[in-house]
Amino acid sequence: MDKIRDGLAPLRKVPALWWQVGLLAAAILVPIPLGDYYRSVLWRTALYIILGLSLNIIVGYAGMFQLGHAAFYALGAYTAAILNLYLGVPLLLSLPLSIIIPGLFAYIITRPILHLRGDYLCIVTIAFGEVVRLVLVNNLFGITGGANGLSSIDRPELFGLVLRAPIYHYYVVLFFLVLTIFAMRRLEHSRLGRAWMYVREDQVAAEAMGIDTTHAKLLAFVLGSSWAGLAGWLYAGKLTVISPDLSKFLESVIMFCIVVLGGTGSIPGAFVGTLGMVTLPELFRPLKAWRDAWVGVSMVVMMVLRPEGLWPSRRVQMEIRGEKEEALAAPVNPAG
Amino acid sequence: MQFIQQMINGITIGAFYSLVALGYTMVYGVLKLINFAHGDLFMWGAYLGLTGLNVALGLLANDTPWVILPVIILVMITVALGGVLVDRVAYKPLRSAGRLAPVISALGVAFILQSLARNLYGASWRTYPHGITPSGGIVLAGGVRIGIMQIIVLVACFLLMGALYLFTQRTRLGTAMRAVSLDHDTSRLMGINVDRIIAVVFLIGPGLGGVAGMIVALYYGSFDFTLGWTFGLKAFIAAILGGIGNIPGAMLGGMMLGIIETLGSGYLSPQWKDVIAYAILIIILIFRPTGLLGERVAEKV
Repeated sequence: MDKIRDGLAPLRKVPALWWQVGLLAAAILVPIPLGDYYRSVLWRTALYIILGLSLNIIVGYAGMFQLGHAAFYALGAYTAAILNLYLGVPLLLSLPLSIIIPGLFAYIITRPILHLRGDYLCIVTIAFGEVVRLVLVNNLFGITGGANGLSSIDRPELFGLVLRAPIYHYYVVLFFLVLTIFAMRRLEHSRLGRAWMYVREDQVAAEAMGIDTTHAKLLAFVLGSSWAGLAGWLYAGKLTVISPDLSKFLESVIMFCIVVLGGTGSIPGAFVGTLGMVTLPELFRPLKAWRDAWVGVSMVVMMVLRPEGLWPSRRVQMEIRGEKEEALAAPVNPAG
Repeated sequence: MQFIQQMINGITIGAFYSLVALGYTMVYGVLKLINFAHGDLFMWGAYLGLTGLNVALGLLANDTPWVILPVIILVMITVALGGVLVDRVAYKPLRSAGRLAPVISALGVAFILQSLARNLYGASWRTYPHGITPSGGIVLAGGVRIGIMQIIVLVACFLLMGALYLFTQRTRLGTAMRAVSLDHDTSRLMGINVDRIIAVVFLIGPGLGGVAGMIVALYYGSFDFTLGWTFGLKAFIAAILGGIGNIPGAMLGGMMLGIIETLGSGYLSPQWKDVIAYAILIIILIFRPTGLLGERVAEKV
């Protein structure tokens, strides 16, 4: 991978804008010759990249374990569905609430637990994800449709055009993906983004430098969860059927793997991670039950060979590769 | 009286959680790694037990409960060796790679083990041979009933846990294990072979998990390949509840989780029992951030 990257060095001289325009053009043109199935696969890929990027704020930038991210994805989807089915709100109009409500939940749930250290935080997020799933299954207030979920949500309508075909949905998701990438790049280099990375590297030092670490961590959770809500909204719009499975532990695990496998804190990493965790397994569907075993094998092999992820951010790579000799002698960091 | 009955059932389930939680907590103690594959090693205990029992019954041609004993020992050894293998292949190369990479590797192993079980044994529920477990029970005063199976299970679980506790507190190897979980470097300076201790932990933890898998399968009679995922998650929560890395903590956490769950489903609603268990976990962690028996770790500056 490093050799490939060095080999590609001359390509780096091409201005970044060209690359971006070229990639965007490719993303727009790719689905045109493809059939509906492959268009849906592309849609799914783009959706999970958005989810990966949203989780990347929490895991990658702020360095917190979050294994219940799917709960917020489900909340976004259920918000859209409930507003639509019970109050007749058109899907497009429910977008703000699909973003705000998961964010609000994230605020309420993470505010009291932010002081927990790494793995304890991780377990609380798992527990929260499971609670959301069970509440949806148990049909709280009789509006979540129980284990079957909610169906026949209205299709989204844009300027009188009913979005039905997968290709429209692909373009909608692509639009939000571009928006997400743009926002992430801005966030990464913002004051807040730098604060997150400082918290990730050394919380005590960050605090000493005057960063309000609680505030920074809380914002990471709220922003990341709202973004997952957006992805849930996109899901509800395309499938028009949602179920509590959206908040399954496995979904959270897949999102987590996308971030770490691709490379924590790296935007291209989320692309590579999604390719490995979502797109390829989908395309290898004929392998059926053995597919999961292959996914597992590749996860182990990838981590053993490239613990920093496939396309890591420079900083993380330097940390893991650069300190390897030193770290061999050092204890496993107990403060985590 | 219903309360006492519920408590007995709760303690039985709690004992299962404790046994599995011990595997999580021991690995976490020495490696600071959440071994997500542990739940699936536990599930493999149930499947291997099934195969073992079928083979043994086929050879013996008469149903005697005593056949369980050699099978359970074989299962324990196999799963323990499996645990060491998992460590060698998936975790050992990652000892210096930070916290995230081993977690992904562990999840990968969980996927592999689960997929293997589903392919080799099928996706449907599997049942243990009938008539192999002793049925019947003792009725105590006031109509409280304890099944023979419950008694056997409880005795087995407590014996295992007691043995483990004595092992970690009284033997040289156990002391070394506790030393390693405190500080790798210092342990090395004291002449402890850290790699060997880690290997021992990966023998004992999954070994107990394998036994637990078979006991759970014997107790409930049937299971499927998601057993490791669901039961494992609960056991992990039990480990956290008691304070991860702490062996008596895992036992306490498991018992508490089992009792809370049973009381919750008995008095409130079976549908909400998991929600109650998770809610209590969250509340306990808010007030005791390192679990019930977890030590407060001073932050390094």
